[in-house]
Amino acid sequence: MTRVFMKGCEAIAEAAIRGGCRFFAGYPITPQNEIPEYMSRELPRHGGVFVQGESEIASIYMVYGAAAAGNYAMTSSSSPGISLKSEGLSYLAAAKLPAVVVSVMRAGPGLGTILPAQNDYFQATKASGHGGFRTITFAPSTLQEAVDLTYQAFEYAQRDRNPVIIAIDGFLGAIMEPVVLPPFKELKEPPKWAVTGKKGKMYHIITPATANENSQQAFNLQMEKLYRRWAQEDVRVEEYRVEDAEFVFAAYGTSGRVCKSVVNALREQGVKAGLIRPITINPFPYRSFEKLDPDRVKAVIVAEMAIPPQLLYDVRVGVGRAIPITIVRASGGNIISQKEAVEKVLSLQKGEMDYEEII
Amino acid sequence: MLVSIMIAGFGGQGVMLLGRLIGECAFEENLHVSFLPAYGPEQRGGTANCTVIVSDEEIAAPVAEELDILCAMNQPSFDKFIGKVKAGGTVYINKTLVNADKARERDVEIVEIDADNLAYQLGTVKVANIIMLAAFLATAKILNVDRAREVVLKKLGKKQELLELNRQAFQCGLEQAEKTS
Repeated sequence: MTRVFMKGCEAIAEAAIRGGCRFFAGYPITPQNEIPEYMSRELPRHGGVFVQGESEIASIYMVYGAAAAGNYAMTSSSSPGISLKSEGLSYLAAAKLPAVVVSVMRAGPGLGTILPAQNDYFQATKASGHGGFRTITFAPSTLQEAVDLTYQAFEYAQRDRNPVIIAIDGFLGAIMEPVVLPPFKELKEPPKWAVTGKKGKMYHIITPATANENSQQAFNLQMEKLYRRWAQEDVRVEEYRVEDAEFVFAAYGTSGRVCKSVVNALREQGVKAGLIRPITINPFPYRSFEKLDPDRVKAVIVAEMAIPPQLLYDVRVGVGRAIPITIVRASGGNIISQKEAVEKVLSLQKGEMDYEEII
Repeated sequence: MLVSIMIAGFGGQGVMLLGRLIGECAFEENLHVSFLPAYGPEQRGGTANCTVIVSDEEIAAPVAEELDILCAMNQPSFDKFIGKVKAGGTVYINKTLVNADKARERDVEIVEIDADNLAYQLGTVKVANIIMLAAFLATAKILNVDRAREVVLKKLGKKQELLELNRQAFQCGLEQAEKTS
């Protein structure tokens, strides 16, 4: 275990290498350039391969090829770049290929700005490409969490033969914090299904296509089973001071840690506040919201750097209609205002309730 | 203990390095620390800032809406962020470029360091940030100055000729801090 003071993107890249990543292909875009930069320098030192593709699309298909050959492969990008990679992501999911994709969200839509945001929540959780596939999507809030989850992400990808997304906002990519780096994992033999050369063995077919309606539906049913298992077994969430809370924040990533400060500030004023912070944004911790007691909890406050809100949908599914939901938000590169969040709760406490509807 | 510090100035003044070095020093003392650069489409001559939070407990929000300490390397940064400094907070200004008059009425301590001029005297304005850093370390008393000096010189020690310059700048900052206190 090594304790270091590192920049977000670089720490994520280092964690990936320590987690077994030996192939990276990417294309530059702010605010994630430090990931490919670090990989280009460090991967070859560990016997790995770095390729700067000619585009995002080329890069994700290089990852497809590397994964098919049994390598722990990774790519990263930011919002517009993830859009370009989304076709390849869908192909990875269809071909049952493991890979890790880091999405460092910036403000949008379109080219937007290079500044941090959380407006790709839907993209990271619901529609990372066409065809209705899902991924385990981690949304770390601190650099240590980002390191630990990236390190583990390759195992999840291999276990499920499915891509894993690490969804962070630009703040976490740029921040420097102390982190403890995990030890280098020993590389495993390529899995049995990988295409590593026939040489007297049975051939393997890796393909993103199926033959007909029945085989396609059978595939969809098989994957649905996997997604259901995630919901049972792989949900990760931090419930912070929720036990007796009357006002419960729902926030992930950087907004999650801002809300933790808000909860602490409110508690100091004697206000019973808490926070539910999804660590997997897919599978989503619906259960944490379902179990909130409507007789105790006066409001749920969704805080996210996205306008219009997106996390709100999943929170609404979890909370139902029994507890009012309201929001604190920002976008464009702005961070959630702690002052605004505190004031929101204080006004809710006075009974000034504003309900937020899904739009 | 939780101290929120903002360093702000022109792009090219070494604002990010200054903040990062505070972070490195806090890291070496096993404190919790976060360094968050405001990395917009800044360029040389534009404005740049970063937030450093040092604490003995886990740091939740990596940003601060109210600052304990502001280090303003130029006038626009001073004007923009002086309002965020808490009552009882401290403002370090690069006196060569910043006029702090409008803050005199406020309940903040102002530490004036003629950083650019002193750096010129040492040979290059580039070390103004190291003078400010040392002055900050000596007066803020959050971090151990001797250990900080080691960390800073280790981080800046890649080129021998610059190492000596930075050593002088650090010493100069310490002396200035003594004069102003």
